[in-house]
Amino acid sequence: MLHIVNKSHAQTSSLQSCLRLAKAGSALLLIEDAVYAATQAGAAGSGIADAMTRLKVYALQPDVEARGMAGKLVDGVTPVDYAGFVDLVAEHPNNQSWL
Amino acid sequence: MAVKKFMFVNRKAPFGTIYALESLEVVLIAATFDQDVSLVFIDDGVYELVKGQDSKAIGIKNHSRTYRALDGYDVEKLYVERESMAARGLTEDDLLVDVEVLSSAEMADLMAEQDVVLSF
Repeated sequence: MLHIVNKSHAQTSSLQSCLRLAKAGSALLLIEDAVYAATQAGAAGSGIADAMTRLKVYALQPDVEARGMAGKLVDGVTPVDYAGFVDLVAEHPNNQSWL
Repeated sequence: MAVKKFMFVNRKAPFGTIYALESLEVVLIAATFDQDVSLVFIDDGVYELVKGQDSKAIGIKNHSRTYRALDGYDVEKLYVERESMAARGLTEDDLLVDVEVLSSAEMADLMAEQDVVLSF
């Protein structure tokens, strides 16, 4: 299963709930303001650092770059472009966009 | 038409946004097409099911009654996450419909087996 989160972990509880309900081995794609959760400064507080041991974590690179966070992602998070986003959706049998 | 498993994930309180009402509308549409429909209530979504809602004074329709009508549409799979309910000081006795209470892990299993997951 692919989980998609688009809100800052500091603004809403979407990421927190996603991390509570995502099964080990699932994929998590962070887009829009959710990319802050995968930065070196944010990964511990957002729970992403812990989650990376059981989930495959991706961040949408255009959103990372737009926010000046390029080069600031924590190690282990995989950047993807828009085509990579499409691939992730196609590769997984189902997905959930957390609102 | 092939039957798909649709899960509606409700995570918003009933009146602050339009999400709760919109979810119910789409649930009823899915039920009309004889799909396998589940509703889950997580986080503030649990508040949608609390008994005794009275929205007269805020001028918004009280849609909570609709949950009681869902079994008339063969929508009988309602699940509440135990952790979300407990965090809000609620028990099953506070809810206006019969639900199945699941742990986070059980909820995660149920979500992973769906064909379509819709967030509200």
